[in-house]
Amino acid sequence: MSDAPTGRRSSRSRFAVRDLIGESIAGLLSRPGRAALTAAGTVLGVAALVATVGLARTAGNQIVTRFDELSATDVTVERAQVNGRVVGSLPWDSERRLTRLNGVRAAGTITEVDRGGALTRSVPINDPAEGDEFDLSVYALSPGAFDAVRAKVAEGKVFDRSHDDLPVAVLGPGAADDLRITRVAQQPAIFIGDQTFVVIGVLDDVDRRSELLTTVMIPEAFARAQYGTPSPGSVQIDTKVGAAELIGRQAPLALAANNPDLVKVSVPGQPKAVKAKVEGDINALFLLLGGVSLLVGALGIANVTLVSVLERVGEIGLRRAVGAARRHIAGQFLVESTLLGFLGGVVGASVGMVVIVAVSLAKDWVPVLDLGIPLLAPLAGAVVGLASGVYPSLRAASIEPVEALRGGV
Amino acid sequence: MSDSGAVPPVLDLRGVTRVFGTTTPIEALRRVDLRVGPGEYVSITGPSGSGKSTLLNILGLLDRPTEGTFLLDGIDTLDLSEGRRSALRGERIGFVFQSFHLLAHRSALENVVCALLYRRGDRRDRRRRAAEALDRVGLSHRLDAMPPTLSGGERQRVAIARALVGGPSLLLGDEPTGNLDSVTTAAILELFDELHREGLTLVVITHDADVSARAQRSVRMLDGVLCDTEASAPLAVGS
Ligand SMILES: Nc1ncnc2c1ncn2[C@@H]1O[C@H](COP(=O)(O)OP(=O)(O)O)[C@@H](O)[C@H]1O
Ligand SMILES: [Mg+2]
Repeated sequence: MSDAPTGRRSSRSRFAVRDLIGESIAGLLSRPGRAALTAAGTVLGVAALVATVGLARTAGNQIVTRFDELSATDVTVERAQVNGRVVGSLPWDSERRLTRLNGVRAAGTITEVDRGGALTRSVPINDPAEGDEFDLSVYALSPGAFDAVRAKVAEGKVFDRSHDDLPVAVLGPGAADDLRITRVAQQPAIFIGDQTFVVIGVLDDVDRRSELLTTVMIPEAFARAQYGTPSPGSVQIDTKVGAAELIGRQAPLALAANNPDLVKVSVPGQPKAVKAKVEGDINALFLLLGGVSLLVGALGIANVTLVSVLERVGEIGLRRAVGAARRHIAGQFLVESTLLGFLGGVVGASVGMVVIVAVSLAKDWVPVLDLGIPLLAPLAGAVVGLASGVYPSLRAASIEPVEALRGGV
Repeated sequence: MSDSGAVPPVLDLRGVTRVFGTTTPIEALRRVDLRVGPGEYVSITGPSGSGKSTLLNILGLLDRPTEGTFLLDGIDTLDLSEGRRSALRGERIGFVFQSFHLLAHRSALENVVCALLYRRGDRRDRRRRAAEALDRVGLSHRLDAMPPTLSGGERQRVAIARALVGGPSLLLGDEPTGNLDSVTTAAILELFDELHREGLTLVVITHDADVSARAQRSVRMLDGVLCDTEASAPLAVGS
């Protein structure tokens, strides 16, 4: 503007950004309760959005890491089959051969024993207090197999090399239930047919090969001697993370160097694709929920801002009388609603983060806090506030000063 | 403009007509001619509904005539855009309303500062000028008071300070003492007299004979027609 303050030409009226923001803040502060209520919708919306996205990430991450880690380290080797007939064989020293490989955490053979239909019971057959008999599977394990299936022990211990030739047994929790064996301190005996076994341990759970949960497990060496088991049925390997594919390629050579085709290896699939899919599904759902909450927040701001415009017609008229142009009135209400949205975003993001951390603590998860969220959420709130303020601001600007000044206090 | 030499009249209305509505039009103003020179103190009286407020809104650039011309300080206001009219209003006209129109949640000082927001200036300078204006109306001790804690007379003084702070060419009052008791009214009228003596141009609507008696010149509205009792010749009464 070129004209001096005393110039006789008219200049355009102006409203510096600093003054605009100052007036808007003063406008909000003059009704702090109202402002808080107005922003509440946005607070809820942003909090819901931040919390849901964050929890989806956290939960998704949880599912994915557990799933990934378990499946990405699971390699099994079986005998090759042709037309449903087993053609290959596995060596009895598979465990020793595999544990030599770099990348194998644990390995062991798992073989179902042909017990000739013998039933299992927990009291001698000639005992007068005749107990129930159960048709339980019997598996021969090499000691490393317990580690390879990540067995957790409920009672006692699992067998090792020192038990190789002894009639000892470890029970899966299902088998232990059937046989009513809960404690092993007294060295309870069970009978498979005529053969006596001393129970030295009961399992709580296994991460792999869940069929073991209902079986009686005996040392592989004893099984060979007692039942003439011809060849290991399968080999279970627990690899280090990231080593599964390598081990999958090396295992056939280690186990059947002359004819690797005699063994069949299963390695885990592509975990990354699974992870992306799980995250994608969860995020889409929760983003939708958060978006709806935000829309409700926007309607809240729009509604209350409109009410406040109608309440403040006197102020609007006065400002017009002292030189404000329509755009200055619109600007003030727009900045007020944008500030409210922004503040709603800040508070909402904080509330959302607290929810994420609280839920994670309760669920014993590692919270995944995306650093972009504390920056994006206030911005999103401001955009919501800006958009909500458009209609009320236009209404405010269209109010005729003559009308606005007629009544008033 | 022919008779005012170098300095144009502050207000120069010719044949101003204001019609409200289209289906059953109301002629609130009929061919009003009015000229007010710098430093004049004019009162406008007349019965309710005679068009006083309509005239004042046009003088204050809050409304536009349907017909006629209106020059403010020699500027033809009818050619101006809304934005320029807003600026001109802010710079050259101070309003005093019957119902004060103070922002209830802002201090007396901030209410006065408000009249300087829509023009160039920094915060410190605005506050200084606002404090001076409040001092001028005798409220230097109530700068930080909130309007609800002020008496009616004090509120109107804040409003007058707000009208004066921008250094206007013209002070417009629409029943400025309508909400005040007689003692307070006398004090406000005394203030108007002082402002008049200092050279300010005032146009005040009133139906109080005391108020119009103090004015240098009194004009009367009747059914949208203006009768200038002091003028040498009656202006456009019928035809
Ligand atoms: N915005 C408007 N729309 C329609 N009629 C109006 C409007 N403003 C004023 N009038 C009419 O114009 C006439 C003059 O009104 P006004 O100037 O307020 O009178 P006064 O201030 O002298 O009491 C009245 O008849 C009134 O009803
Ligand atoms: Mg009136």
